Amino acid sequence: MTTTTPGPQAVRGAVGVAHTRVEGRDKVTGAARYAGEIPFADLAHGWLVLSTVTRGRIRTVQTAPVLDMPGVLTVLHHGNAPRLNTDYIGMLGTPPDPTSAVFQNDRVPFAGWPVALVVAETPEEAREAAEALVVTYDQEPHETVLVDGHPGAYPAAGHMPAETEKGDLEAQLAASAHVVDARYTTPEEQHSMMEPHAATARWEGGRLEVVDSNQGAGWVQSELATMFSLDASSVRVRSEHIGGGFGSKGLRAHQVSAVMAATALQRPVRVVLTRRQTFSLAGYRSPTTQRIRLGAAPDGRLLALEHRSLNQTSTVYEFVEPSAGVARVLYDADAHRTANHVVRLDVPSPTWMRAPGEAPGSFAIEAALDELAERTGVDPIELRLRNEPHVGPVSGLPFSSHNLAACFREGARRFGWADRDPRPGVRRDGRLLLGTGTAAASFGAGAAPSTALVTAEADRSFTVRIAAADIGTGARTALTLIAADALGTTPEQVHVRIGDSDFGPAMIAGGSMGTRSWAWAVTAAAAELRERLTVTTSVPPEGITVRSDTTAAVGALAQKERHSFGAQFAEVAVDTATGEVRVRRMLGVFAAGRIVNPLTARNQLVGGMTWGISMALHEEAVRDRNTGGHYAPDLAGYHVATHADVPDIEVDWVDDHDPDDPVGIKGVGEIGIVGAAAAVANAVWHATGVRHRDLPIRPDRVLAAPASAGGGAADA
Amino acid sequence: MAPAPSSTSSAITLNINGEKHHLSIDHRTTLLDALRERLDLTGTKKGCDQGQCGACTVLVDQRRVVSCLSLAVAAEGREITTIEGVADGEHLHPVQQAFLDLDGYQCGYCTPGQICSAIAVIEEHAAGWPSAVTDDVGPEAGPPPLTPDEIRERMSGNLCRCGAYVSIVRAVAHAAEAHAEDRTAATKEAAA
Amino acid sequence: MKEFGYQRARDVTGAVALLAADPDARYLGGGTNLVDLMKTGVERPARLVDVRELPLDRIEPTADGGLRIGATVTNSDLAAHPEVRRRYPALTQAVLAGASGQLRNMATVGGNLLQRTRCGYFTDAAGPCNKRNPGSGCPAVAGEHHNHAVLGASGHCVAVHPSDMGVALTAFDAVVSYESADGPGERPITDLYLPVGDTPHRETALPPGALITHVSLPAAPVAARSRYRKVRERASFAFAIGSVAAALDIEDGRIREARLALGAVASRPWRARAAEAVLTGAPADGATFAAAADAELAAAEPLPDNGYKVPLMRNLVVAVLTELAGRDAR
Repeated sequence: MTTTTPGPQAVRGAVGVAHTRVEGRDKVTGAARYAGEIPFADLAHGWLVLSTVTRGRIRTVQTAPVLDMPGVLTVLHHGNAPRLNTDYIGMLGTPPDPTSAVFQNDRVPFAGWPVALVVAETPEEAREAAEALVVTYDQEPHETVLVDGHPGAYPAAGHMPAETEKGDLEAQLAASAHVVDARYTTPEEQHSMMEPHAATARWEGGRLEVVDSNQGAGWVQSELATMFSLDASSVRVRSEHIGGGFGSKGLRAHQVSAVMAATALQRPVRVVLTRRQTFSLAGYRSPTTQRIRLGAAPDGRLLALEHRSLNQTSTVYEFVEPSAGVARVLYDADAHRTANHVVRLDVPSPTWMRAPGEAPGSFAIEAALDELAERTGVDPIELRLRNEPHVGPVSGLPFSSHNLAACFREGARRFGWADRDPRPGVRRDGRLLLGTGTAAASFGAGAAPSTALVTAEADRSFTVRIAAADIGTGARTALTLIAADALGTTPEQVHVRIGDSDFGPAMIAGGSMGTRSWAWAVTAAAAELRERLTVTTSVPPEGITVRSDTTAAVGALAQKERHSFGAQFAEVAVDTATGEVRVRRMLGVFAAGRIVNPLTARNQLVGGMTWGISMALHEEAVRDRNTGGHYAPDLAGYHVATHADVPDIEVDWVDDHDPDDPVGIKGVGEIGIVGAAAAVANAVWHATGVRHRDLPIRPDRVLAAPASAGGGAADA
Repeated sequence: MAPAPSSTSSAITLNINGEKHHLSIDHRTTLLDALRERLDLTGTKKGCDQGQCGACTVLVDQRRVVSCLSLAVAAEGREITTIEGVADGEHLHPVQQAFLDLDGYQCGYCTPGQICSAIAVIEEHAAGWPSAVTDDVGPEAGPPPLTPDEIRERMSGNLCRCGAYVSIVRAVAHAAEAHAEDRTAATKEAAA
Repeated sequence: MKEFGYQRARDVTGAVALLAADPDARYLGGGTNLVDLMKTGVERPARLVDVRELPLDRIEPTADGGLRIGATVTNSDLAAHPEVRRRYPALTQAVLAGASGQLRNMATVGGNLLQRTRCGYFTDAAGPCNKRNPGSGCPAVAGEHHNHAVLGASGHCVAVHPSDMGVALTAFDAVVSYESADGPGERPITDLYLPVGDTPHRETALPPGALITHVSLPAAPVAARSRYRKVRERASFAFAIGSVAAALDIEDGRIREARLALGAVASRPWRARAAEAVLTGAPADGATFAAAADAELAAAEPLPDNGYKVPLMRNLVVAVLTELAGRDAR
């Protein structure tokens, strides 16, 4: 299935050559089984019941009538559920979200909070009984609206410092020839992965086994073991095929409630979230309100940069959407201040969602850069290149590689940027106004310790076992190619098994760190295995297995600013009569380290840019301002881009080599969305002359903008 | 006269991928759940269960439908084709092969629905059906060329959250071209 | 979802008798709306009478030059029918603008007209809604109403009718035939839907248990030059935030006949008779089109967050009429 077939004599490197997915045939024939599709004898079905009030206490859960309904086996709720251990810090450095630690008390902190699980013989019976379950509440007043300058806002660190500051911001702003001071907002966005969360739990031979759809089998295993106070070795989590995750698929209410029910009933129990339930139970990207202040010299050089972000979190869990973080990488200024603040509201807990921080943050900072380009008359690309930092603007650390300029140069050439008339609102195609826009992108290239097992089999093939997750990234295939090269064999001789916590600890599929971290562990084990094989004359029937652990190696990596970079370009057409915006073409050029599999890497990058279109124009979860609950939480009410919204998107990459990095892979899962929405918004300005600082750029927002053709600055 | 109390389940026969399946079915069971929960045909996916994503697309009497809004009991007597039934034995359907070769997917969860939908799109287009982006829907205009924009509009009932639309559209176009060539060859053969 | 009985109707009389005998029974057509509403608990029928196999699946020319469309004709077959495409192109365009290819293969003409609003309060069975639970209140007025009605609504309900097909049928004066326990009947589509008033739960003038059997389109030469345009928040597979079905017959630069209906602005497909009155006999130019749109929209009563629909519909009407006039001039 390779596009080039290496002969047995001359083994070519597999990395860097397009290779179709090793599980591709299973996926196109329907043979690939996802979590909710693996059969179990005597399976019972659980259905979650969510709160209908936004804040308060559960008064009663009227289980008796429901227990009499056909097929109903049990109803779990805070009155009868086992107590869980929630006082711990998990593998990723965060405490558990109480939304997932279900049924521990009578408090309802937001609308759509899990209050009960009904278990029945069939899904139909479970659903009917769950709908029939009467839960009464004592309601309390709630607050669910995120507003700029909320008095409850506070600086919050999350995975990075809450605030950074150098220089005298106000003085530099005062000394600036050009100042941009603008507020930007992004709405609540939902992961909306195609496969809703699903898990089956059962006790088998004294071990708890959970078949799940998650981004890290070992991660979920460790959380479940800790939460249920079980010995880690007595819990196994498998997650072979995952129908998308995007940050949403960690420990959630479905696994925990399934384990509770399987334990209570001593039979396998499956819990699948409905699409509606995912809106409050599975995390989301918090809305943000951001303020950017830029001050520049007449030539566009930044003297002052301030990026402040505020996001909401729930009252039970702190999550920071670190939108100001991107400004700590992209641009330096004599005075530089960034801040991530949060406010606790009576809303569901947000979580990581594809490029957390960078996605909304890059919209704000890259739109502001475009505004500065307009003010200064400096070309938007030139303005960015003039402000490239030489070291980390906040950290002062050197960059491991910094190839943003190469991305912009190649992108500008391909996109035809040189011919662009910078004036807004002057290009027409019939009733449509046309415009182009650009934006920069960056995303961190981190690594986390992982373990891998590589076995030389007696039949001369190799088996790689690692608790990696392929959530659609092509990780299974990438690791096959990496292992093949590391073992000096062909991909056909390598069998990669992933998604099983029994394979040992490994990084999750997240933070664009998965493939980089796993590849490191696989190459380390493969290298040692090759050495072992050189001194071994025969392979025993059970094979020869080497285990690697990259903890020390990852820890020894020199401290540097390690990032992917990219240049985004978009062309839009705007119908100012109806407010419709369509993206006509899009180009992204990236510096993202070593590209393992061009076929799947391109798909990942295009996918991220598709998310950027969707974020710019469509996505917005709506909350009723009075009830505090979601309005129309489904895929008809929450619009993700569909086929007709997405034009042909072109992606390419430039050489991006770091001689000091043992892996060289940077990850391509998230960089594609960074800056993409800004490029679209900047193109809308170029088309219409109107700045849209609030996403999504809906038809009503375009319509509400002042009559615009003919240029000039206007705000929407 | 009051109606006789009506049973809430029925013994039915479903004709799926050319095979007859006899089962006693709760009327509430959708065709999607019957496939997945009763017949172990899990290739058909449940993305939203509300007709809003297309992941559960199957062919009923050769036409694409969403199986989540079809009741199993109402599907009796119809010819149902699922993703498990589109290949010719070990030989993949050209649309399946194109998705595989051109990476027309990522996570794979929307893929069976996209493929079933694409198979039908190619047939609908060949039958001369216009679409919402067809300039002239008049019957004399003839079928519009199956441009990328036509494919995008016709495939829009199948969401792909991974954002693999670009490669899906290429795969559908590729398969449609092969299909059209086959058709032309068949026509020539028949004429010869 | 509650348990329910299921029967396939073999003939219209039998189907109507089954409904007449059981007030908790519902007709099942394509199921694209009803089955979804059953899943969300909005509809809880005790019995479904499957009408898809009734002999109502044909589109036939009528003696007067119109078309008679059976109620179980699917959206797809309606849109693809050569005579529909030739005589009423806006109807084909409207149907193709709706839903997805899969849903159009399932949905039927009768069901399309009787589909329920997609207002998120109506579909949330846990909350209040006057349409679903009379007297419980309308949260949309003070809540989320971004895509709600600007014409003909009341403080009791501001939901919009979601049909695209219905907008074109309304422009072309379709007549809905039905069978009921009291015998057959028919109503012009413009009188099919009841005013909202204080009874938003009463949606149509059909007698209880009535089954739509046909939709007839009278001959309308004007319809041969017709256009449907729909604006929505993504390019496809989304409900309208505004739509227009229009037809123009222009002679010597003056409008001899005009048809105009608006979608996603009211509890029913909205026939724009005030606009038609302005258009008829007037010069086919931009000033006339704008005046016509303004005449219709003068009655608009937007809420705080859906006021954009007034300029949207004005612009859309002008754009569609301008396009039709331009085409006519060629």
